[in-house]
Amino acid sequence: MAEKRKLCLSAKGLTKVFGFGKTRTVAVDNVDFSFYEGEVISIVGESGSGKTTLSKMLLGLINETEGEIFFLGQKRDIRSQRNKQEYWKNIQAIFQDPFSSYNIFNKIDSVLLDCIKMRGGGNLPKEKKIEMMREACSFVNLKFDELTNKYPFELSGGQMQRLMIARIFLLKPKILLADEPTSMIDACSRATILDMLMELRKEIGMTVIFITHDIGLAYYVSDSVYIMEHGKFVESGTPDEVILHPKQPYTKRLINDVPKIYEEWDLSTVG
Amino acid sequence: MGKVILEVKDLTTKYITRFKEDVYAVDHVSLKVEEGKSLGIAGESGCGKSTLALSLMGYYFPPLYYTSGDIIIDGKHISGMDPDEVRKTILGKEIAYIPQAAMNALNPTQKIINFVEDVVRAHNPSATKKDIYDMARQRFEFLGLPANVLDKYAVELSGGMKQRTVIAISVILGPKVLIADEPSSALDVTSQKMVIKMLRDLMDKGIIKAMIFITHELPLLYNVTNDIMVMYAGQIVERGSAKEAVFDPLHPYAKGLMGSIIVPEEGLRNVKLTAIPGVPPNLKHPPAGCRFAERCKFAKPECRVISVQIKEAGPGRTYRCIFSESELREAYKNG
Repeated sequence: MAEKRKLCLSAKGLTKVFGFGKTRTVAVDNVDFSFYEGEVISIVGESGSGKTTLSKMLLGLINETEGEIFFLGQKRDIRSQRNKQEYWKNIQAIFQDPFSSYNIFNKIDSVLLDCIKMRGGGNLPKEKKIEMMREACSFVNLKFDELTNKYPFELSGGQMQRLMIARIFLLKPKILLADEPTSMIDACSRATILDMLMELRKEIGMTVIFITHDIGLAYYVSDSVYIMEHGKFVESGTPDEVILHPKQPYTKRLINDVPKIYEEWDLSTVG
Repeated sequence: MGKVILEVKDLTTKYITRFKEDVYAVDHVSLKVEEGKSLGIAGESGCGKSTLALSLMGYYFPPLYYTSGDIIIDGKHISGMDPDEVRKTILGKEIAYIPQAAMNALNPTQKIINFVEDVVRAHNPSATKKDIYDMARQRFEFLGLPANVLDKYAVELSGGMKQRTVIAISVILGPKVLIADEPSSALDVTSQKMVIKMLRDLMDKGIIKAMIFITHELPLLYNVTNDIMVMYAGQIVERGSAKEAVFDPLHPYAKGLMGSIIVPEEGLRNVKLTAIPGVPPNLKHPPAGCRFAERCKFAKPECRVISVQIKEAGPGRTYRCIFSESELREAYKNG
């Protein structure tokens, strides 16, 4: 390849240990990875495989026990609050549960207004701000004028998740970490939300990291897939390599367990 | 044609809101399930799937009210019965229900066997402890669950195991019909497969005679049930065999729903995901014509005026649309 891909987020020997003595649990075990700019990455694993712990470390919400995280080739330093807030301008997240992602005392326009402020647009004239918010809402098919005086809990789950995407639209981060963004909404709204995310990614050229247990979703959206088992990456590669031609027994089992429609779904190999 | 186990004729049930408004969540639904068959119900959130499940049990409590129609289980009318009577004689014996969070039904302070005793004694007060234990152990082993689960507390079991335990207990009296409402959507793929395997076993081993499976996961329905029924805004819009409904849907809504399937298979990459724009109508004031007209890209002006009846399209195949079968197929071909 002529064009050299730019490193966006990488890690070396990343480890997270919870507890000590008898209750010592290694949630993420000596993980190395490099994510490039503009890529869509999926991290797939079962419940308890350490996906969410990894994502929290990447976001800087919990500290790593050992190892280093590099952001844009530089060692990440988020020990001070100021650095942390600077870091969060570059990395944003969408979580599984939209209902608990919002401050319930803030109205929707103030949620969006905060995003504009975070991008340094606090001094813009009011009309400009409203225009930006309207643009963000129309991007996700929400009507800004109907939302202004509402609280987040007055929206449906799908609408809330779309408002989350509107936030990302305003914040324009370098990395978006989506932790099971569609597992609480039904299959029909899922397609809408995935389409929006992919369109947004094209528009602002961000790296998207999907944390999911939905293998179909990983196959559909990503450029590279990482399979996680007991805190380790057991297999990684392009979706065609990993999901259509898995090599590791764990990956094979995982893929075997997903209901299929084009092929026979083998129910005999269970447990 | 096999014996009809569950028959529903023109069932309508409604919710009455705080402001005394009627919301018809199940609107003139008719269906038949034959012996040894299973029926899947698909549709997006809020289309009335779960309300239909509750209504089928004949067990109504406010704000859900029975309006009209018949529910017949193996020749026995259960609609319009007194809720107390239904609870004593129908639930568990004739019809069993597994909700999504079935595992939360387990009492954390009691062993599983105590829970089984409660269930059995509620219907048969004279059963002895030993009889119940033997029956439970036999049934658990028959379904591939370890019998030592009976002596454990709920907290000692994993989520998937809890779900399977509750399913095993809910069919312990051998109900004729099992209604499973999203029984596996809180579980990961491996536990989900075990639950599905168990439901299949229940059918194959003849413990239950018919099953209704509700979910919005179409690949799952395709693999579990014989027939699929698609619901939209409280009405049935399509019914056909699993294969027909997934690969050759007739109603535009069903077509849109099938366009949102994601499976990790080679075929998927060639399929463009399609999302249905808009939101379902408010059932407090349902639209006069076709309820899907607002969101349908093939809609004609008369769709919004004429209310469409269910049409036949071959054996066991029905749909609710103003267009004929050939017109629809032509429209899909041209996108």
